[in-house]
Amino acid sequence: MTDQLKKILLGEQGLVVIFVVAFALVSLLVPNFLTDRNMLGLLQSVVTVGIVACTMMFCLAARDFDLSVGSIVAFAGMVAVMASNYTGSILLGLLAAIACGAFVGFINGVVIAKFRINALITTLATMQIVRGLALIASDGRAVGINSPDFYQLALSKFLGIPTPVWVLALLFCIFGFVLNRTVFGKNTLAIGGNPEASRLAGVNVDRTRIWIFALQGVVCGIAGILLASRITSGQPNAAVGLELSVISACVLGGVSLAGGRATMSGVIVGVLIMGIAENAMNLLNIPAFYQYIVRGVILLLAVLLDNLRSSALGRR
Amino acid sequence: MSFLDFSRITKTYPGVKALSDVSFGVGKGAVHGLMGENGAGKSTLIKILSGDQHADEGEIRIDGKVQAYASTRDAFDNGVIVIHQELQLVPELTVAENLSLGRFPASAGVIARGKMLEDVGAKLKSAGIDIDISRKVKTLSIGERQMVEIAKAIMLDARVIALDEPTSSLSSRESEILFALIDRLRGEGKVIIYVSHRLDEVFRLCDSLTVLRDGKLAAHHASLKGVTRDQVVAEMVGREISDIWGFRPRKAGDVRLKVEAISGEKLKAPASFEARAGEIVGFFGLIGAGRSELMRLVFGADPRSGGTIIVDGKAIHAADPHGAIRAGIVLCSEDRKHDGIIQGRSIEENINISSRRHHARFGILNRASEIATAETFIKKLKVRTPSRKQDIINLSGGNQQKVILGRWLSEQGVRVLIVDEPTRGIDVGAKAEIYELLYQLAEDGMAIVVVSSELPEVMGICDRILVMCGGRVSAELSRDQFDEKAILAAALPDTKPPTPSHPEDLT
Repeated sequence: MTDQLKKILLGEQGLVVIFVVAFALVSLLVPNFLTDRNMLGLLQSVVTVGIVACTMMFCLAARDFDLSVGSIVAFAGMVAVMASNYTGSILLGLLAAIACGAFVGFINGVVIAKFRINALITTLATMQIVRGLALIASDGRAVGINSPDFYQLALSKFLGIPTPVWVLALLFCIFGFVLNRTVFGKNTLAIGGNPEASRLAGVNVDRTRIWIFALQGVVCGIAGILLASRITSGQPNAAVGLELSVISACVLGGVSLAGGRATMSGVIVGVLIMGIAENAMNLLNIPAFYQYIVRGVILLLAVLLDNLRSSALGRR
Repeated sequence: MSFLDFSRITKTYPGVKALSDVSFGVGKGAVHGLMGENGAGKSTLIKILSGDQHADEGEIRIDGKVQAYASTRDAFDNGVIVIHQELQLVPELTVAENLSLGRFPASAGVIARGKMLEDVGAKLKSAGIDIDISRKVKTLSIGERQMVEIAKAIMLDARVIALDEPTSSLSSRESEILFALIDRLRGEGKVIIYVSHRLDEVFRLCDSLTVLRDGKLAAHHASLKGVTRDQVVAEMVGREISDIWGFRPRKAGDVRLKVEAISGEKLKAPASFEARAGEIVGFFGLIGAGRSELMRLVFGADPRSGGTIIVDGKAIHAADPHGAIRAGIVLCSEDRKHDGIIQGRSIEENINISSRRHHARFGILNRASEIATAETFIKKLKVRTPSRKQDIINLSGGNQQKVILGRWLSEQGVRVLIVDEPTRGIDVGAKAEIYELLYQLAEDGMAIVVVSSELPEVMGICDRILVMCGGRVSAELSRDQFDEKAILAAALPDTKPPTPSHPEDLT
């Protein structure tokens, strides 16, 4: 009996099993959890983390790291609002935001891959530079949105589900496909497994890494736009600490910080576990200070579980 | 009952029975050989001995007492020390510090340096090991590092010392020093377990021998008197292998690869050579002679500072692996673990990593064609595995090598195959399979370049041998000129004393 339990928990789908059990428990024990309203609220609350986690997964899988995502999200939101106010065209604003995100990501990638600077240091630097740019552009204040149509990005619904949630779902599908079914995705995992062997096998390691960071920038741009729309303004101080939530979600989802191991289903579960924990604690009126502790404990437990699973699979 | 007794050891991994019912004993003051093909269970047995793994059934007894270790540390404390192929030293620390690690003589946390140096120095002196203990380990040659590992065992007053392929990266001079040390330890009454693929060494050093095959005891020789090499080989593979080279003459075609005056940072003197279609060209030399460096330049693994590479009459301008592969040059590196396998990924992905673009359209993969390719090469190269999804790290060395070869064979249009140490750490049976594969590829028109430190191997399989020494090609012989003495003479530097092996060769 215990052996069988162990087998299930430590198997490939262990995390999914735990997620389902946790979901069922929370549904039963927490009042008002399993309502349409709360479910939609929960999904909306994980949109930013979920979107950025898609590409953070690639970053971690390739043995890299990106701390600049929070700043890029804020900066891109800023750019979206200011550019659409200035040009009067929302579309131009959105394109500008995505282009800016992509540019910052590209710079990250080039510095890391071509100049061989540690990813942690590089993105720590761009994190501050980009945050600085956002503050300078807005003079440190929130910038209001002129056109009400911009709000509609976050407010509009399709089949009763808010647009941002659809965007999140779409990105989950796209990046799940990219990871498993494209040359780019498989090369990413190979680079994380052994960069030198990948290079000698003919994989263009530098180019792949630059692409990963550029994509991360694009995705941060999208997240920034949706966030700005939801909070109805460009906030230079938005998304502070986002990078840590995103990395936590990925690690919760079984992505290895040593590289070479990642699954989209794992990351989705990781994002949802974080969301559910926070949502349930809010419903139970647990004070915010205690929530930090719970989040930390969940992360530690997840990593311990992952460690057990690795050794059960015979990998050391 | 013997001093060290293995009794009915059984160990099962998911999908594989690694050891089943293995029993044998070793007396005090003996060097006991442990042989077997890759995957025969030698490493597992050693891991159980070292406390790294636990036997499912059976027990190990030392001096009549059952040993049950919770960890390698526990085994250490009981006087059982295993010296692995990958040495476990801290490069930035000195020899003395490495030897005292975990047991620093200290008061209030401050290391008593004088006492440490004195203790270590005295111990090494009495064991006859001559190494400057104040040097940092990273400045030592690989042979010297091996000595330090053994010194570690001596420091701990080990009763049982197991050596796993200790000479695989040593020069012959360094091996001699090692053998002398082993003899000395035998004289002191230690039990030495000597794991090796090399028959000559085993016959020279060992008093007794155990052969494992497919996790079972294939033979136990309490004495090596009257035992022949052919007999041991037959016990290892379970069948007679008369001629493991199986050389057959081939017809060489046009020049496929022409390398002219190529040079780079690690190979200063410009080197030139050519290889014809259907030809197997061997590169022989001592460790550090520049063979691997030359091949890495040809493949573009290291940047080249001059020279040209011509394949089928067309000059190749790209100087990276990516470009070389597209021009039809591929390289199997000597260091499989570091430069070959992608740890944590499946056999399938390891095979397809390079040729993946052939399975993709607009970057999107055709899974069915990827799977088919992987299955084809797993079958064709006889990779022993329960599934294509198996993590490559779980395969034995020989099977990993086959996967890497499969990676290159799945590339379409390979014209030049360079294999650096094709059979390092690979057992006899798999060796013959790899040679046969090379012959077939040559017959299909590939030009094959084999780099090897094993003279019998290059003489056995090559049509032509180039000898390198001190970064230069020092001799070239065609098959009818092959002569062991001439080749060795060309490989040895004449004026300078023999160069110690490079520290870079460690990993």
